[in-house]
Amino acid sequence: MKLLQLSPVELRQQLAGAGVWLRTGPFSLKLQSRIPSVAEGLAKLYGQFEVRNPHEAFADFHVAINPPSRLRRWLRPQVEFSFDGVQPFKPLPFDQAFPMLESGLNWCISNQAHHYLILHAAAVEKNGLAAILLAPPGSGKSTLTAGLVHAGWRLLSDELTLIDRKTGLIQALPRPIRLKNQSIDVIQQLVPDVPITRASRDTINGSIAYMRPPRESVRCQHETARPGWVISPQWVADAHTKLTPRSPAQTFMLLAQNASNYSQLGADGFHVGTTLIDQTACYDFGYSQLPGAIAAFDRLADSAIPA
Amino acid sequence: MPVSRDLLSRTLRTPDIVTHFSIGKWDLLIRQARAADLLAHLAHRFRQRGLTAAIPAMACWHFDAAETLADKQHIALRWALLQLRDALAEIGSPLVVLKSSTYVTVNPSTAEEQRFNGIDILVPHGRLPLAESVLERAHWHALGLSEYDQRYRRRWMHQAAPMQHPQRAVVVNVHHAVPSDRAHAPLDAARLRHRAIAVDNFPGVHVLAVEDRVLHAATHLFHDGELSHGLRDLTDLDLLLLDAAVEADFWTRLVARASELQLGRSLFYALRYLRYFLDTPIPASVFTALHDSTPNRVTLALMDSIFTRALAPVHASCADAYTPAARLAAFGRAHWLRMPAHQLLPHLFHQAYIRTTLDNNPPKAA
Repeated sequence: MKLLQLSPVELRQQLAGAGVWLRTGPFSLKLQSRIPSVAEGLAKLYGQFEVRNPHEAFADFHVAINPPSRLRRWLRPQVEFSFDGVQPFKPLPFDQAFPMLESGLNWCISNQAHHYLILHAAAVEKNGLAAILLAPPGSGKSTLTAGLVHAGWRLLSDELTLIDRKTGLIQALPRPIRLKNQSIDVIQQLVPDVPITRASRDTINGSIAYMRPPRESVRCQHETARPGWVISPQWVADAHTKLTPRSPAQTFMLLAQNASNYSQLGADGFHVGTTLIDQTACYDFGYSQLPGAIAAFDRLADSAIPA
Repeated sequence: MPVSRDLLSRTLRTPDIVTHFSIGKWDLLIRQARAADLLAHLAHRFRQRGLTAAIPAMACWHFDAAETLADKQHIALRWALLQLRDALAEIGSPLVVLKSSTYVTVNPSTAEEQRFNGIDILVPHGRLPLAESVLERAHWHALGLSEYDQRYRRRWMHQAAPMQHPQRAVVVNVHHAVPSDRAHAPLDAARLRHRAIAVDNFPGVHVLAVEDRVLHAATHLFHDGELSHGLRDLTDLDLLLLDAAVEADFWTRLVARASELQLGRSLFYALRYLRYFLDTPIPASVFTALHDSTPNRVTLALMDSIFTRALAPVHASCADAYTPAARLAAFGRAHWLRMPAHQLLPHLFHQAYIRTTLDNNPPKAA
C-alpha cells in the first residue's frame, strides 16, 4: 500500500497513535508524531512511499518527532527528534519540525548503516550508470540534482549515497530533495508544478524547503545502480558550463573526506572507495545555468551507452 | 530471587531461544541491545553458538554494522594504548590499564565482542600532574570541561579530565584512586597497583590481578551513578568471571581479597545482580562466605528494587513506573558515597541549575 492511499485523517491518526510504518530505500521506519505539519509534509512528499499496517512487527528505525514539553506549547514552542527514546539533538523551533525529521532520519542512517560506505553526496542515474555528485555544502549540489531528476535522470539520493560494501553498487535512497535559500526559487521556476514544502525560515542553513522525489525514482528504489562518474560540481555566477577531468587520486581524497563512516569501515572503507574510483570517470564541473548543465550531463550519459 | 524478564537478558542467558523468535521479538531484541550497547556482543554470541542463521534476513545488517564498529574500536584502542605506553614511559611507573580496556590486552578473543569507549589508566596519585603534562605534550588534550567539572572529577571521582588525541576517537581517563565501599574514602590505589601483572602480548602494559579486576569492576558498577550501560558492564564482569573461575581456588581468593580491601559489599551486590540478569554460575558457597557483607533484609529489598531496574537496558520496554525513581536513587546513592552531604547538596544544585545555563550551545544543524 502507498502512503497516498491513506486519507489525511487516517494518516494523522496513525501518526499520532502507534506510528506509521514506512519504507525508504532499504530501510523501514516506524514514525510517530502529533505534529500536523509533519503529517502534511508526509502527505505532500512521501505519497509514493510504501506503508504497511501500523502493527507491522519489524522496523529498522523507531523514530518520533514531537514537542519536548507541554509547558512550552504557547511560549516559543519547540520540537524534538527521538530515536527509540534517545534525543540526539537539542530541540529546535516548532516551525522546523519537518527539516528536523529529515535530518534526524539521515542521522539514523549515517550512524547505523555501516554495511554501506555512506557518502555525503547526491547521486543520479541514466542509462544504467550513476553520477555521484560530490562537493562541499553550498556548491549547488542539490539544485543540480533537482534539475537533473526533472529532466529524465533517476534520483538515487540527494544527501546520502549508499555504496554496498559487498557489490560496490549504489543502493537507491530516493528521499525528498533539500533546497536552500535562492535555489528554492530557481527550482520553482524551472519545474513549477512539482510539490515543494513551505520553507522553514531561520534554520542554521537559512531557509529550507523540501521537494518531492520523482514518482518513478521512488518506484524503482529497490534497483541498484552501477557508479559511472564521480563529479564535483561548483556553481559559479556567470560561468560557462565546463566539464574537466579530475585526478582520480584527488577525487578519492574528496570521497574519503565526504564519507561519513570512512574511518569506521577501516581497511574496507579504503577498498570500497578505491574500487569505486577505479571504475568511474572523475570530473570537475562548473556551471551557472541549469539548462546548460543538464545538457552537459545528458551528453555524458549518451556518450557512455555501450555500442 | 527470581531472574530478570527483559528480552535481552533472557537472550543473553539462553541464546538458543532466538530460534523461536517471531519477527516482533527480533525487533525488540535489537532495540534493547542497541540501547544497552550489546549488539556486537550478541552477534558474537550467536556466531559462537551457531545461531547466526536464525537471524532473519531483514535484521542481519544491524548485527553486521555493530560488529564493524566494534572491530574499528578495537583497532583504535590497541593503537591508542601503544601511543599511551610510549608517551607515559617517562613518568617512571608501569602503565596499568583498568576496566574494559583490559580486555583488549589480556584476552583479545573476548575483546572481539566488546565495545569500548575509552581507555582507563591508573597512575600513582603523586604522579598525576606529571602524567597529565606528558600526555599534553603527546597531543592528548583535555576535553572541554568547565573548571568546576574538572575540580569535581579530580576531587570526588579520582580522575583527571578525559583526554583525547585530535586524530583519534579514543578518550583516555587517568585515574589516581579508586572508589571503595566506605563513604567518602577512596581506596589507596597503590594497594591495587603493586599486584598488577604484566601482559604477555603487550610489553610494557599491566593489568590488575584478576580478583582486583573483578572487585574494581564491581565497585565501579555501584559507585558510578550513571548506569547508562549497566547490563553491558555486568556482561563484562560475567565474561571475566567465566574465564577466571577455571582456576579451582579463584572464588576463595576473590572473597578473601574482597574482605582485605573492604569491598565485600560491592562484590555481594555485583554477584547478586549477575545472577539476576545473566545467571552467571556462582557457587552458593560464595554467598555464604560473603555473609558478613550481606546487607540487612530491608536494605536488600530496597537495593533490589533499585538495581533490578537501574541495571536493565535503558529502553522503554524495560521500564516500569518505578524505573525513573530507581535510576535517580542509584544516582543519589553513588553521589552520597562519593562526597559528604554538606558538599553534595551544593554540587547537585550546580549540576541542576548552573551547568544548564552555561551549557547553551546552539542546536545542531537541521
